[in-house]
Amino acid sequence: MTPSSSIASPGAAPAHDEHHDHHPSYLVDGTTIKSWLLTVDHKRIGLMFLFWVLLFFLVGGIFALLIRVELLTPGPTIMDAMTYNRTFTLHGLVMIFLFMIPAIPAVFGNFMLPLMLGAKDVAFPRLNLLSLYIYLGGAMLALWGMLNGGLDTGWTFYTPYSTHTTTTVAPVLFGAFIIGFSSIVTGINFIVTTHTMRAPGITWFKMPLFVWAIYATSCIQVLATPVIGLLLVLVTVENLFSFGMFDPARGGDPVLFQHLFWFYSHPAVYIMVLPAFGVMSEVVAAFSRKNIFGYRAVAYSSLGIAFVGFFAWGHHMFVSGQSTFVGGLFGVLTMLVGVFTAIKVFNWVGTVYKGAVDFKTPFAYFCGFLFFTVFGGMTGIALGTVSLDVPWHDTYFVVAHFHFIMVGATIMAFLAALHYWFPKMFGRMYHEGWALVSAALIILGFNATFIPQFLVGNNGMPRRYYEYPERFQALNVASTAGASLLAFGFVIIACYLTYALVYGRAAGKNPWRSKGYEWLTESPPPTHNFVGPQPTYPEEPHFYVDPKKAEVPDAV
Amino acid sequence: MQSSVSAAGGPVAPVPRLAMHFASLEVQNHAARLGMWLFLATEILLFAGLFICYGCYRFLFPEAWAASSDTLDLTMGTVNTVVLITSSLTAALAVHYAKEGQNKMVAIQIALTLAMAVGFLVIKYFEYHHKFEVGTLPGRYYFYDKLQMPGAPLFFTVYFCATALHGLHVIIGMIVLTFAMVRALRKADFGPNNYTMVELGSMYWHLVDLVWIFLFPMLYLV
Ligand code: HEM
Ligand SMILES: [Cu+2]
Repeated sequence: MTPSSSIASPGAAPAHDEHHDHHPSYLVDGTTIKSWLLTVDHKRIGLMFLFWVLLFFLVGGIFALLIRVELLTPGPTIMDAMTYNRTFTLHGLVMIFLFMIPAIPAVFGNFMLPLMLGAKDVAFPRLNLLSLYIYLGGAMLALWGMLNGGLDTGWTFYTPYSTHTTTTVAPVLFGAFIIGFSSIVTGINFIVTTHTMRAPGITWFKMPLFVWAIYATSCIQVLATPVIGLLLVLVTVENLFSFGMFDPARGGDPVLFQHLFWFYSHPAVYIMVLPAFGVMSEVVAAFSRKNIFGYRAVAYSSLGIAFVGFFAWGHHMFVSGQSTFVGGLFGVLTMLVGVFTAIKVFNWVGTVYKGAVDFKTPFAYFCGFLFFTVFGGMTGIALGTVSLDVPWHDTYFVVAHFHFIMVGATIMAFLAALHYWFPKMFGRMYHEGWALVSAALIILGFNATFIPQFLVGNNGMPRRYYEYPERFQALNVASTAGASLLAFGFVIIACYLTYALVYGRAAGKNPWRSKGYEWLTESPPPTHNFVGPQPTYPEEPHFYVDPKKAEVPDAV
Repeated sequence: MQSSVSAAGGPVAPVPRLAMHFASLEVQNHAARLGMWLFLATEILLFAGLFICYGCYRFLFPEAWAASSDTLDLTMGTVNTVVLITSSLTAALAVHYAKEGQNKMVAIQIALTLAMAVGFLVIKYFEYHHKFEVGTLPGRYYFYDKLQMPGAPLFFTVYFCATALHGLHVIIGMIVLTFAMVRALRKADFGPNNYTMVELGSMYWHLVDLVWIFLFPMLYLV
């Protein structure tokens, strides 16, 4: 038996053909329903997460369209006011807790992290499966509550309204609490995996940047989620039994609720967007065919964002009556987040600069992403300025801001990841032409949806209102039109990706000729990720150009 | 998914199981411990939220806080503190014996720990019972005539939330330790390189103890 000679390709096919039969791809290694539902393979768990996350995205998306249709006319259009309140609450909750937070970490983190670390699985495979079922359990409980009575508080559950409303608060909050557990378990799993399961040769500074981003995200998940967990339980208890914890009528302090809520929820926005940054670092290197510019800066800025993200929550409370000094302080701390984000942006641009750009679909999403991040981030800086935030607060300007940065950036990254890793996950290629068309539609549709919202918010239209004055109508119609375009783009994606699953041509091991570690194994990978000897990693993860050669100064 | 690696090949000593995805037993135990530490950190943060509520309202209602605290039974609280600290000691001893492979002693120490845990809960039950009788209850259920000031019901909201959450952790800890005890009795396979389960259970128990050590002065001694 000849050992595989190439050290850099751990997935190299074994010398004897009969070995192939012993290493089927993870997709066909066991085909019973049970072999999927009870699997502990991180790749299968990632796929199951993908299925559910997409399903919830569809649910949230349908409700988004209902909101937009309702806002087509100044008065009632298709529903009554109470239904409207429940619709936007359901939309926000499903999108944030069921889609955005788990989307990239639970799907692509699960699938790619062990591959990128040269590990056979995550550290706690059974806990990993458990986190899927915890997530589903919480999701079902929350959805059940939302459909049986519904909730009209908005996704922020502000007290004292949320403790007094007669709609079904308890099951939804408790469902969200359970989902938080899933988030914590996933976070712990990824941190421990990164610490203990890196293959020999992968030092901390040879980890792919996606791993750094997931690692930083996991730190936030572990540190912030328990606080909101407690808070959700307290509000549930209060709603059921009137304990008075946040009820001003009983001496409680609703602003305290806001502090605790945003202590989680501000970092939570980085739970959604840091993995997106990680995806983009991979994509930009792969499609510029250049080693990432400033690897360490990108890695450290992930940790930096995770850290300062904990000290910026007060910018959601500029109008809550906190002192001017505190407001100013939070304003400054908020700007710090912008600094770390800017470091990343500069490094991505620096990577593209003088690169040999291969303009494939993931790169198209990178372009959209860059625009949304910069534009959304800039409006964030503006909002972080107290004097500007006071008139903009709770208007559509804020809605547009957080959709740009959070939804825009995350969706771009999610779609980029889906296209970039599709061949790795399923071993097949999708149709590049259709993919580029739908990418263009989506980026266009997104802008058409939310730029009017910046304008209408700047003109003074408050968020979460059912009726509005005539003069806001034109912009609202524009926004609804954009949303339809956006939805259409997603329908196209659903079509060609489903087609590709069955009829796509075989991708081969590394169709992008990427230098990422995950491409060193087969596509789709075998159950235990690698065939043959223990992988070794002599090169850095984004090694397109020899950095030492590139640094040689021009001859004089 | 797990396959035991039979080290020397004979069924002489029970061999700890190494999951296939770990490089070595050492790494596997390290991972388990790191995971547990992270989990404990989240538990502390869970309580930290309550501590913040406590701090805020104590700042807002200093007199009501002091007066309400006086109505708590200091003796029972103190006894419970002693009970819990002692149980932490026996939990630590269980780990000690597990390392030495004395499985019977492990079971005995855990049984002692569990007994004290039950004692803790019984005392807690009496305290709760008393409060339900005199009416020092949270929020709208409060009907204690001798102490009517704003903020007092809020104190008991915090009191009940914190002690109930802690009580829940006591019960979870008991379940975890029971598993370790059963394993020591049934399989008797704890030994020098296979004691992670007892260690993790005991770590969890120390957390339960630690949280109480914060709660006790906060609630009873202010
Ligand atoms: C990087 C990703 C970011 C995400 C995902 C994000 C997300 C969000 C979300 C969801 C909200 C609104 C929450 C609500 O009220 O429902 C929000 C508001 C806000 N964001 Fe961001 N944001 C990001 C970056 C930034 C940056 C870089 C800044 C400033 C430097 C910033 C400043 C603000 C401010 C000041 C508000 C409060 C506006 C108000 O409520 O009046 N954000 N953001
Ligand atoms: Cu924020």
